[in-house]
Amino acid sequence: MHRSLLLALNDVSPQNLSIFDPVSPPAEAIHQLSMLVLAITGGIFLVVEGILIYSLVRFRSPHNPRNGEPPQVYGSQPIEIAWTAAPALIVFVLALVIVRTEWEVRGDPEKLQPELKESKPLRVTAIGHQWWWEYVYESFGDEKLDFLTANELHVPASNRQVPSERRPVYLTLKSADVNHSFWVPRLAGKTDLIPGRTNTMWFETGQTGVFVGQCAEYCGTQHANMLLRVSVDPPEQFEKWLDNERANALESDDAAIRKGKQVFLAQSCVNCHRVAGTSAHGKVGPDLTHLMGRATLAGGTLDNDRKGENLRRWIEDPQTIKPGCLMPAFGLSASDLDGVVRYLSSLE
Amino acid sequence: MSVAEQPRVEAPPWTATLNEWTATVDHKKIGLLYICMSVVFLVVAGVEALLMRWQLIVPRNTFLSPQIFNQMFTMHGTTMVFFVGMPILIGIGNFVVPLQIGARDMAFPRLNALGFWVTLFGGLLVYFSFLTGSAPDFGWFAYAPLTERTFARGPAADFWSLGLIVSGIGTVTAAVNFVATILGMRAPGMRLWKIPFFSWTILWTSVQILLALPPLTAALFMVVFDRQLGAHFFDAQTGGSSFLWQHLFWFFGHPEVYILILPGFGMIAEVIPVFSRKVLFGYEFMAAATMAIVFISMGVWAHHMFCVGMSRTLDLYFAGASLLVSIPTGIKMFNWLATMYGGKLWLASPMLFACGFLSLFLIGGLTGIMLAAAPFDFQLSDSYFVVGHFHWVLIGGTLFATFAGLHYWYPKATGRMLSERIARWQFFLLFVGFIVTFGPMHIAGMLGMPRRIYTYDANRGWDIWNQLATVGGLIQAPSYLLFVYNIIVSLWKGRPAGDNPWDAWTLEWATTSPPPPYNFEEIPTVHSRRPLWDLRHPDDPDWQYE
Ligand code: HEC
Ligand code: HEM
Ligand SMILES: [Cu+2]
Ligand SMILES: [Cu+2]
Repeated sequence: MHRSLLLALNDVSPQNLSIFDPVSPPAEAIHQLSMLVLAITGGIFLVVEGILIYSLVRFRSPHNPRNGEPPQVYGSQPIEIAWTAAPALIVFVLALVIVRTEWEVRGDPEKLQPELKESKPLRVTAIGHQWWWEYVYESFGDEKLDFLTANELHVPASNRQVPSERRPVYLTLKSADVNHSFWVPRLAGKTDLIPGRTNTMWFETGQTGVFVGQCAEYCGTQHANMLLRVSVDPPEQFEKWLDNERANALESDDAAIRKGKQVFLAQSCVNCHRVAGTSAHGKVGPDLTHLMGRATLAGGTLDNDRKGENLRRWIEDPQTIKPGCLMPAFGLSASDLDGVVRYLSSLE
Repeated sequence: MSVAEQPRVEAPPWTATLNEWTATVDHKKIGLLYICMSVVFLVVAGVEALLMRWQLIVPRNTFLSPQIFNQMFTMHGTTMVFFVGMPILIGIGNFVVPLQIGARDMAFPRLNALGFWVTLFGGLLVYFSFLTGSAPDFGWFAYAPLTERTFARGPAADFWSLGLIVSGIGTVTAAVNFVATILGMRAPGMRLWKIPFFSWTILWTSVQILLALPPLTAALFMVVFDRQLGAHFFDAQTGGSSFLWQHLFWFFGHPEVYILILPGFGMIAEVIPVFSRKVLFGYEFMAAATMAIVFISMGVWAHHMFCVGMSRTLDLYFAGASLLVSIPTGIKMFNWLATMYGGKLWLASPMLFACGFLSLFLIGGLTGIMLAAAPFDFQLSDSYFVVGHFHWVLIGGTLFATFAGLHYWYPKATGRMLSERIARWQFFLLFVGFIVTFGPMHIAGMLGMPRRIYTYDANRGWDIWNQLATVGGLIQAPSYLLFVYNIIVSLWKGRPAGDNPWDAWTLEWATTSPPPPYNFEEIPTVHSRRPLWDLRHPDDPDWQYE
């Protein structure tokens, strides 16, 4: 079996992606609606299947033309009107509830909840790429941020009781190539990222921890490995993360790392990847400025282990790990590979 | 008398048989050709499905590469919709409609033959892409810009679009032919509101085909122009709109699902009365409900696009309109149940499949209501829940109804009965296997599993549901093989059927089994929707009550 299969089996800490465990207002509103819809449809299910089974048991009879035919009933207008009106009534009630939920989920929260004016919102633009996520941090409260990172979205936890401690997250969604969809079920329903269009969505949660999801619109070969990780950090920790993330890449004094950096900058890596503060400005692949701040590599395909083993495997041959992905293998010599891995491993 | 002088009875040479079937313009033969073609494609697409299910049985499986997996779901979906679902229904319609309305053939027999061959060649054209090294891999709804040159470099996308354009011509000619036949060639006395219910649904299916298919053909031409002539309809980078494709496609795609289900409704509405020994309850309301479904369902297409970020107004309009469709559909359900109620239920194989249809299609309809509740769909859309839902309507609905129809009319077409024993096994394996395959998919979807993924991580709680789904697929597979076996072997081994083995009431049962090329020696005059009932109960004929 494949090596990555064995690795995956070792790491079985369960993750929860259930739409029935919402932790943020849009997902909560949908959850409420879903309960009502499930109850109504469940009721209809029981009634209709009940009648069907009753009829099957009660009226079953082996065919024998000599026994004559049962009484023929051609129809009944009052009955027809009754069973047109009943579903119409149910549809009407459902429609009302749907209108309300639609407003809660897709309405502009800042208009619907005036107290949000006192909050400190985080605004991020998420850009879908074949098969990874780019995040451009725009602003946090009144502060402009303007830095970018990839594949793992960090957001502050919100205190939903105190307006000034609320930290809603507003996402602007764009695509660099084909259609993608942003879906972290416990935070919100999905919203597509469509080339040539700009979409928005929002969420807000008081629960810290990592929430996972994945791209939900088929986007080509590696659609299955375009995973989403949203890390909801306690506010102080989030601000620390921000400060680190918006700084340029760390300069190390370690001679081996400096040498690795030179190897990296001499490779074609720089055409596709960016490391802020160096001459690597590529925009085809994920930003690597603070690569070691991420728990996973390559859109969640690999663990970013501290020893750099997976990083090494990845750079050696991305195509065995994520077949069809847009980073080719370069056939680096072992010593060059060591150097690159050492350098990238220093990018905290 | 010497032996040499005896007249020799020889089987016609195989070339004569071949000639007879390829050059035929007889609606019955063309109908059977459609059905045979669809059954072959059903088996091919079934194999593709099983390959996918085998890949997904354990997390991080490496049985299929992502490229192959993506080709499998694209070809499976495309085949099932365009080369199994539609042609098998058109084929049954072709065989049954002229007989049911007392005509000698379709209105345009040559056009009819053209329609079949064009459909077949369209299917082959799509499959030829395999010979170029790779099949299309962008899913059956082929969202732009995945079909543009930038993302689909090989010729597969061209084969796919051209194949569907070609087979689409076949579908449209069939629809034109049905409309002309049903409007113009009914037996004397058969007013429009006295035609048997199956023919009524075929009429409205044809109307829907004529409304929905041309937009698809136009959109496919736009894809070909983009790829071959450098147009930029769907390329956002150069000022086109990938979003436009979604609207064009679903403007066809949603009516398409009603094209696939309406004839099924028709077959169920034939089978249930005959095997309940009662007249169809509320024909007029059923007929009106069919029309309502056609009209309402032309205006609900963007419920497939709730997640693209439409305005709230549009979201709500499309949610409301979609919910409206459930009212006429409910009317149908209730009328079928009322037909059974108080009858004498004869559970022969067609009725078994019809009851399977009633119990399963209901569930597909209810999960459809969940999806139509727009905000709920923000969670469910493009998840495995949707895969569960549409198989529930396509298999639980269309396919169960189709099997009901095929078991019902097989004696008419061949003069032989199918083996009831095999049919029962087929039914139970399909019923159980189907539920085990597609039930768990709903759960996986609600646990966050998106569709069209070739692999998944072990730690998400999806394993068990995927394992069940694969096991269910393995239970279903022999059911299809039993069906193929049954229809072939019964040609020789089946009990002779006689003209009217089910004691049914519509005109196709008035002629011999199989019917002669001219269908009826003398075109009968009818007075009601159940002419053979009137014949048998002259003291209490139907037309007194209609
Ligand atoms: C042709 C453009 C290209 C070149 C050249 C390239 N990469 Fe990449 N790289 C990518 C793409 C695209 C991805 C994202 C792959 C995915 O997840 O699907 C990526 C991902 C990565 C990642 C994982 C990033 C993350 O956020 O998980 C690392 C590390 C990486 N590349 C290192 C390198 C190194 C080192 C080199 C030079 C030896 C290099 N790349 C050369 C395109 C490139
Ligand atoms: C043995 C029975 C079947 C099995 C096991 C099966 C299984 C599957 C699987 C695994 C998928 C892929 C889901 C995904 O990854 O998104 C799929 C997709 C699909 N199936 Fe089936 N299927 C079966 C029969 C049918 C039938 C009878 C029909 C139609 C009449 C049908 C229509 C479709 C369609 C339209 C798709 C969507 C393809 C796409 O995503 O582009 N299937 N099926
Ligand atoms: Cu995707
Ligand atoms: Cu639809």
